[in-house]
Formats: sequence, C-alpha cells, structure tokens
Amino acid sequence: MLAFASLLALTGCTGWQSVLDVQGSPAITLKQLIILIVVVCSVVWALVMVALILALWRRREVQERPFFLNQGIERRLTAAVVMAVAASVIIISAFTVFSFFTTHTLSVANTDDLTVKVRGLQWWWNVEYFASTPDHRFETANEIHIPIGRNVRLQLEGLDVIHSFWVPSLAGKQDLIPGRPNELTIRAERPGVYRGQCAEFCGLQHAHMAFFVIAEEQPTFDEWARLQRENATVASELEVAAGQQVFLSKPCAACHAIRGTSASGTTGPDLTHVGGRKYIAAGLLETTRGSLAAWIADPQTLKPGNNMPMVPLNADELRSVSAYLASLK
Amino acid sequence: MRNSIALLGIAIATVGCQREERQLRLDPPVAAALDKIALMPNAISGAPPETYFALDKPYESNAYNLSQGKRLYSWFGCKTCHSDGQGGVGPAFLDGWWYYGPEMVSIFASIRDGRPHGMPAFRDKMTTEQIWQLAGYVQTIGAYSAKTAAPSRNDEKQTRPSENRAPAAILFDQGPTPVHPDQGPTP
Repeated sequence: MLAFASLLALTGCTGWQSVLDVQGSPAITLKQLIILIVVVCSVVWALVMVALILALWRRREVQERPFFLNQGIERRLTAAVVMAVAASVIIISAFTVFSFFTTHTLSVANTDDLTVKVRGLQWWWNVEYFASTPDHRFETANEIHIPIGRNVRLQLEGLDVIHSFWVPSLAGKQDLIPGRPNELTIRAERPGVYRGQCAEFCGLQHAHMAFFVIAEEQPTFDEWARLQRENATVASELEVAAGQQVFLSKPCAACHAIRGTSASGTTGPDLTHVGGRKYIAAGLLETTRGSLAAWIADPQTLKPGNNMPMVPLNADELRSVSAYLASLK
Repeated sequence: MRNSIALLGIAIATVGCQREERQLRLDPPVAAALDKIALMPNAISGAPPETYFALDKPYESNAYNLSQGKRLYSWFGCKTCHSDGQGGVGPAFLDGWWYYGPEMVSIFASIRDGRPHGMPAFRDKMTTEQIWQLAGYVQTIGAYSAKTAAPSRNDEKQTRPSENRAPAAILFDQGPTPVHPDQGPTP
C-alpha cells in the first residue's frame, strides 16, 4: 500500500507538465529552491524526531526533592534550548535570503525578444502575437509557440474572472486579473511541448482549461508565425467549401473569426488555423476531424457549462463543417 | 434525548437545501420544440410551446439562465443600440414601456425575427436556447417587480440600479403625456 502511494508520488518527476522536469530558466531556479527547502526541512524533521524518540526512551529518574533545581541539568537544558532557537533563526533567515535572491529576478527580464499577450477567458486562452506593424498581428487560442533560447515576455490579463497561468516545466504561476495587467517571462532551453493549465479556480470548467507552450528552433518558429499571419486557406474541395458555407450561415460565425472569410466574431476563439493546433477546447481533445465533429455536435456533454452552445446541425452539415475546420491548417 | 432532537433539527433544516437546477444542455428535440412558439398574427405576443411549461418555464426565474442572458447581452452587441437598458438608438427597457408587451414570447420573437425600424433578426446568429436566455434577461431589466431570481452582478461599473432591484420600477417614466390616452392605468 505504501509502495503504491510512493510510486504515485513519483509520477510527478517527469513529463510535459512537471515542476521537477524543468526545461526553462525560471522553473530551473524554482526547482533549486524547492530542493533546498525540502532537503533542509527533511533534515531538521529527522533530527527533531531522533531527539523526540531519545527523550521518550531515556526517562528521567524520579526526583527526591522536586522543588530544588539541579544546576547541572538546568545548565544543559538552557544550552539545548538556546542552540535550538539559534538554529531555527539561522535556518529561517537563510531561507528568507535564498528565497528573496532566487525569486526577485524571476518577475521580468531586462531584455525580451518576443512579446505575447495572453488573455484568460472562461474557459480558454486568447493568445495574441504582436508585430512591427498592426496588420501583421494575429490571434490564436490555447497554444503558444516560442523560439528556444530567447526571453519571451507574456502580458497577462483576465477578461472575466481571475485565472492563473501555470506552465510548471518553464515557470511559476502568474495570475490573470481583470483590469490589472501582469507580466511573466519564460524561456525554454530545449525544443518540446510543455503543457500548462489554469491555476486559479475560475468556474465550472476550470479543470479543463489547459494550454500548450511549444518551444521550437528559431527558423521553425518564424515559419509558424508567417503561416499564422496569413488568412485561412481557401476551400478547394467540394465538401470543404460546403463546410465553409455551413460555418458562415449558422451561428458559428457570430462568435468565431476566420480571417479571410466574413466570419469575424470576437467572443470565441479565433479559428483561422484551428486545424493546425494540437488540441482543441483548451486541451480537451486532440485535433482531428472526428474530435472537431464531436465537439461541434455536443460541446455541453464534453465540457458542461462552457459558453459554446449546441448548434443544431444535421449529419451532412456536421460532416462538411468538420472537414472545413480540419482543413484550416 | 437532547442529542437526537438536535440531530433531527439539523436533518430537517438541511433537507430543505435544494440547489437550483441548471440545464446545461437541452436535448435537441426539446430545443427544436422551444422554437415553435405560436405568435399572434400581428407578431405581438402569443403562446410559448407546450415544452416551455413542461420544463417549468425555465427562462424566467432561473438565475443561471438569467446570468447567461446577461452574458449574451454583452456578447451579441445589444449595448450598441440599447446600452445598459436605457436605450439610445434602440428603445429603452428601463422606462417600463414595452412596444410589444413584456411577455416572454414577444421578446423572444423580437430577438429571433427582428422588428421594424432597425432590430436585426438573430435567428441565424444564436441558438434557440440562447435567444430564450437573452429574452429572460431582457424581461428582467424591464420587469415591474423584482423576480425571485437575479442575474449575476455587473463586471463593469454600475450605471443604473442592478436587475434584482427592479430598475424599471425605480426609473419608470410616464413622460409628459401618455403615449396613447386609452392606454390604461400606468403599471
């Protein structure tokens, strides 16, 4: 039973969402702080347990004259208490100093190479990339691509309630508060996919509000950004074109935007390149034509209470609209 | 003896705790049936479908639906013409006067089919359930007496009394002369 429990604890050691499997600079310093505090506190705890067990084992003899103090014992007691208090003060001061010097550099880097604005909504992440000219900015959702080895400044703001941005392999948590912009700097050293999730309870689907930070080499990132900037791919096949018609004539276009079409809704995620994202519905399902169809057909069963309504579609419409969205790479 | 009486009292008190039912997902046939209102020929008022009563009138006094309606009020740009209910380009909800009556069916038909002089039709932009939620919220803004349920509170600054204080009753404005002399007693 104990072995099973300890094995369960060890599952946090590796993976794409692990505080102990760190791949980026703020998380690396935080991990060092975690290890230091855990080790020191474990040693202190062990010493205290040893002292307690020894004290319970070695019972004192009964005093014949209880009201007269034994000077030797009193001196030793005083020395022990003074040493314990001094050790506590030293350890706590050391923790304070270490913690301060570790974390005060984590808030914002002096130089950043890329700025991304992340807005938290119930229950998805709106990601906006800036560029030198306003017509080159683009929006995406639930997926943040960053180049490796560069500081990326994230400007965080909540739009309805307080959320929290937490990608443990790369950085600590930072809240997204309505009306108060926060900043977080992340930096990935190695390419990879790092999962993050909302870390501040925000409503019915807080548990299903995940996102992905995908770190890539600089040329790959530049290519991705260039493709994202472009409008949606024009439908070539018949079924895909029919799907586009369904999308534009149904309530879909009222909430979602697909650049290059007349759909310009801003209350839901931008779907211009939804087929190219790894996951949909904030990390709920892997992006395939089937999962898109399942999500569109009945979002309230998959993520009950979320703000996407169940739009009535018949089978042909569902098939074609899922083909259309899967083609938007 | 005293313990069992205390336990009985606690049991009686807690048995009455019943959370409001939230319909997060309407069955598709039910949602389709809710669209089939029976409108009067002049498109003013009518009867809701039977399903509406079978569901126990879910959009009038269910706080979850009213809150969703409040969200939809911002989402679908109602504020551009009606602002926070005080009107502008579009008529006000807060002055207590309804062009087509305060019934749910009239408001639903206004939103779904549009009205003359500029109200667009939202039947292709929102689902039936969303239109009902929005209609319930609009009715709350203009209600003459406060409903038993209230939508959630404002995220932005308050510009008028909130919905649970029946703002239309507070801000009711008869105007210098009644609109129609035979309109009857003021609400």
